[in-house]
Amino acid sequence: MSAIHAPLRLEPKDYASDQEVRWCPGCGDYAILKAVEKALSELGADPDRTVFVSGIGCAARFPHYLATYGFHGIHGRAPAIATGIKLARPDLDVWVVGGDGDMLAIGTNHLVHALRRDPDLVILILNNAIYGLTKGQASPTTPIGTRTPTTPSGVVERPLSACEIALAAGARFVARSVDVHQKHLPEILVRARRHEGAAMVEILQNCVIYADGAWAAITDKAHAAETQLLLRHGEPLLFAEGRKGLAPARYRAGLRIVEVGPEGWQAAGVLVHDERDRTLATLLAALAPPLPVALGVLYADPAPTTFERAVHAQIEAERTRAPALDLAAAIRRAPTWTVSD
Amino acid sequence: MRDLEGAHVAAGSPPRPRTPRSSVVVRLSGDSGDGIQVAGGQLALATALSGADLETFPDFPAEIRAPAGTTFGVSSFQIHIADHRVHTVGDRPDLLVALNPAALKVNLPDLRPGALVILDPGTFKKRELERAGFTCDPRADGTLGPFRVLEIPIEELTRKATAGTGVSARDAGRAKNFWALGLVLWMHDRDTRSVEAWLARRFSNEPALLAANRAALAAGHSYGEVSELSIPAFTVGRARLEPGTYRTVNGLEALAFGLLAGGRDAGLELVYCSYPITPASGLLHQLANLRPLGVTTFQAEDEIAAISAAIGASYAGALGVTGTSGPGMALKTEALGLAAAVELPLVVIDVQRAGPSTGMPTKTEQSDLFQAVFGRNGEAPLVVLAAATPADAFAVAREAVRLAVHHMTPVVLLADGFLANAAEPWRIPELSPEPAFPVRFHTNREGFRPYRRDGRGVRPWVVPGTPGLAHRISGLERDFETGAISYDPTNHARMTAARRAKILAVADDVPPAALEQGEPDDRLVLVGWGSTYGAIADAVAAARARGRAVAHLHLRHLWPLPRGLGPLLAGFDRVLVPEMNTGQLAALLRAELLVPAEPLTKVTGRPFTVEELSRAIEARLEEAP
Ligand code: SF4
Repeated sequence: MSAIHAPLRLEPKDYASDQEVRWCPGCGDYAILKAVEKALSELGADPDRTVFVSGIGCAARFPHYLATYGFHGIHGRAPAIATGIKLARPDLDVWVVGGDGDMLAIGTNHLVHALRRDPDLVILILNNAIYGLTKGQASPTTPIGTRTPTTPSGVVERPLSACEIALAAGARFVARSVDVHQKHLPEILVRARRHEGAAMVEILQNCVIYADGAWAAITDKAHAAETQLLLRHGEPLLFAEGRKGLAPARYRAGLRIVEVGPEGWQAAGVLVHDERDRTLATLLAALAPPLPVALGVLYADPAPTTFERAVHAQIEAERTRAPALDLAAAIRRAPTWTVSD
Repeated sequence: MRDLEGAHVAAGSPPRPRTPRSSVVVRLSGDSGDGIQVAGGQLALATALSGADLETFPDFPAEIRAPAGTTFGVSSFQIHIADHRVHTVGDRPDLLVALNPAALKVNLPDLRPGALVILDPGTFKKRELERAGFTCDPRADGTLGPFRVLEIPIEELTRKATAGTGVSARDAGRAKNFWALGLVLWMHDRDTRSVEAWLARRFSNEPALLAANRAALAAGHSYGEVSELSIPAFTVGRARLEPGTYRTVNGLEALAFGLLAGGRDAGLELVYCSYPITPASGLLHQLANLRPLGVTTFQAEDEIAAISAAIGASYAGALGVTGTSGPGMALKTEALGLAAAVELPLVVIDVQRAGPSTGMPTKTEQSDLFQAVFGRNGEAPLVVLAAATPADAFAVAREAVRLAVHHMTPVVLLADGFLANAAEPWRIPELSPEPAFPVRFHTNREGFRPYRRDGRGVRPWVVPGTPGLAHRISGLERDFETGAISYDPTNHARMTAARRAKILAVADDVPPAALEQGEPDDRLVLVGWGSTYGAIADAVAAARARGRAVAHLHLRHLWPLPRGLGPLLAGFDRVLVPEMNTGQLAALLRAELLVPAEPLTKVTGRPFTVEELSRAIEARLEEAP
């Protein structure tokens, strides 16, 4: 956070606006809203200095429900709007919220470029693997074979991975969590906000109406221990209650599952998570069933500066180099002549 | 300097007699590598310093590195020099300097019969002629019959003049643009001082190049006196310009300065967000080099991101500005609707070019008027302005900023490719020491409602960070006062009416319709907008000098139309609307004012000539009841 203000002591509920929340009952967005409020409270965010920017879609209704400043824009463009806000006012605390349609279809271009430029933004992708607001069409993250009104015989395109795209775009903070993980998600959000630069958080979200259970293979409590890999910096890549881990693949680049025996995880060759290791992050981002899916901070390696700070530092330096330059002087930099009566 | 004086002394003979001329149109032309634009710029400066009026236009090839010697690699620079106010670059050149056969080929159709053509015979070799597309030598087959031709071995003379300056053979030949410039300056009775000063600055670290270019310039300048050829020599007197300090300015420069002046007057930082597109990219280049003056520039990933970031900047309390050309305007359309819906200030500059689609990027047209006024989904009214001349772009850009911030609205400023690149003398305006129209953000918590309008129908501008005023804005229809999402039918009708009324009320904040020339009881009025100003002004002035009852009205405010326009136009027998499209303003005037506006259209990618308009004026007056 670039703003230097004493943290406020507000309860999570103090961050809720007076607007009636209009998501379908049971929608994963409720849980995400709650987690965001918790995170804001934990961060001591000042609602008057915080801006939520969104595009279009169910997720994009977010700003209306928070008692901060909010700009509900147009489909896909929220990262660009937010970049403009940061250029004009680097001191504001700016969050972007969008769904998979918003961020990985119509607005992918803006997501990719926001991440590569690295303004100090938190970018939340509420990935429900479907178009909700427009009534259930396949999205860029809908799995192959899924039948939807626009794919009556099933989706034939391969889904996109938000985390892989983010890493490819040069993002310096990439994380993943799940809507209902009410302890994990706020922690990740707090970390994302504290990261200086563009922080992308993919949140697996359940759309009860059009894609109920789309992430169940990963999120179902019953087998979560086997399907989720919870990442902690400096700790081994263990899952299944420590019985299994991820080790480097043999004879190829990649990861493989190893059983952890009584000699411990070191002996099994399990890797230790290093948030600054981009190569490891790329391998983790690609993990998909039957391998466990990585949750937590996949990659966090802040750049020395942010986009807006770099831009304004350049302008300051230009000002210092030409202290006497004002508009009148700039106009007169070309040859002039005088006409008298 | 010594070289130059030496040459004059060597001439020995009395100076040639000079013919006084009231105006001359000169076109310099050559290959894109010949330095034509540099020479043209220096000719313009020397002309300006002499006190004559001028208007210039560069015409460079669309291709970045066109093959040498081809017609599509020809670069030209035209200047109209006059002892009176002129507003166009002149219909047809009186003098053409063609540095190669391709330059001759390209420019022949534009020449006035009897024009003087200066050629370099050294370049008329078989290969060059073929490259230029001549099947036989135009000097031999009568092609040049209607013109007066002077063959001067410019390149060879340049090499001779630069011998001993220590430059390579290649660089010696490349100084020929300055040789030609020297000659043209001599023909117009201008000295070379300003050019020498420029050369000294430009080549301060390259003494050999400085010496070579100086020598070429001096040799060209003295050639007129010493040559056996009788090279015409004339003088163009000083024009009567308003007293003041002047510089030359092109449309893009004036737009950049005008935006900065507007930002200063509003007391706001600008954030200029743009995506490269011909012919608007130059504005981003200009502003990127003026960042210390209160503008942050941002090259976005696409046109949509550019306008979206500009809207974000305005939301955050700067003034967001974006610039583009027609295809980019099309891409910005949805976001422009958002700006109209959330009612934030925004300036969008559309440097129009010939369309549709990619069209002709380097050729000019005025065909985005409908797009600017109407081209959005839903009822999304906004303000549309147009700059009339390169220098006028300064005032209009400042006006765009003023209207945007005072009426909380997007403003589209229409320029075009011709206006962007054409240059003319500009009387440098006095900048007020204090902001002339400062913005005051709303900070009062008392009874705050994000969409509660003031007496002019304008909502408050509250920037994030203002204590106690956190609120949400949205492209979804919002409640008339609270701004909360509302799909209430009567609220939507009320909001639609309020947005429209707010924009129409801008007409109360701009000058009423007025004639540029002529009287309200003249028979014919020419109504123009944008860069047709020059041709209309000169044609109407000439017609009035012939005693014709014709007037000129030029619209800078296209939406809303200025007050009093309907009654004013109704007083004329005929209303003629010259525009570089198929009749968009004429249609707008007919629809809005029920006046029988008649379109006079041109869509060749080139501006109107004075001659075309003069003919149209005469024809209408003959027919008029
Ligand atoms: S459609 Fe799906 S994503 Fe949208 S609100 Fe309903 S449950 Fe949530």
